[in-house]
Amino acid sequence: MNFDKELDARGLNCPLPILRTKKSLAELTTGQVLKVIATDPGSVKDMQAFAKQTGNELLSSAEAGGEFMFFLKKK
Amino acid sequence: MSKKLAIIATKGTLDWAYPPYILASTAAALGYEVQVFFTFYGLQLVRKDLSGLKVSPLGNPGMPMKMPFGPQWFRDINWNIPNIIQANIPGFETLATSLMKQTIKNNGVATIGELRELCQEAEVKFIACQMTVELFGFKHSDFIDGLEFAGAAMFFDFAGESDICLYI
Repeated sequence: MNFDKELDARGLNCPLPILRTKKSLAELTTGQVLKVIATDPGSVKDMQAFAKQTGNELLSSAEAGGEFMFFLKKK
Repeated sequence: MSKKLAIIATKGTLDWAYPPYILASTAAALGYEVQVFFTFYGLQLVRKDLSGLKVSPLGNPGMPMKMPFGPQWFRDINWNIPNIIQANIPGFETLATSLMKQTIKNNGVATIGELRELCQEAEVKFIACQMTVELFGFKHSDFIDGLEFAGAAMFFDFAGESDICLYI
């Protein structure tokens, strides 16, 4: 998937992944895509809640080798 | 219209410092309007110098005491040290605090200073209880910038309209 910005949130635990995500999204314009890589298993549900609450669309959420990858589209 | 979260922070130890800042920053990330009222020992959380934040295992049977170093089997041991020993070893609290900080760091959890900064960046409003500032002989210069000093009545203005109000 194409993305405009990547955020490495590996090694960071709650609430840092979504706090950093919010900050990174602020630097994008509407429609741009942010890729987030995290190792915190709690981040899966956190990203879903974040997307639902803030209206930024969670395009995909996947796990590979202990890492979680999310693609979010800025609203 | 965003939802509102009001937090009243009354405790001043390292373990009690995390809940108000984590809840406030997470809610702010989710788009809530957040205000935190710091009173009594909660004032310790808005001092410029946070190095005084400590945690005491004394009389705290809920605290797991595990070493944050060494091989995994060693780290899994829960050291149930009796109160009578904890109370009589000078510097025990300082030791427990540094072990707790190491555990926090090992787990990629933010420091209190970082969380506080993130809150302020996210425009969480911090209010310090003027009455307890005076009570404990603190000066405005002891505290961080961006802090408002007011009383409970002023806080009720926001708290009364809040969707969630927490007493920590």
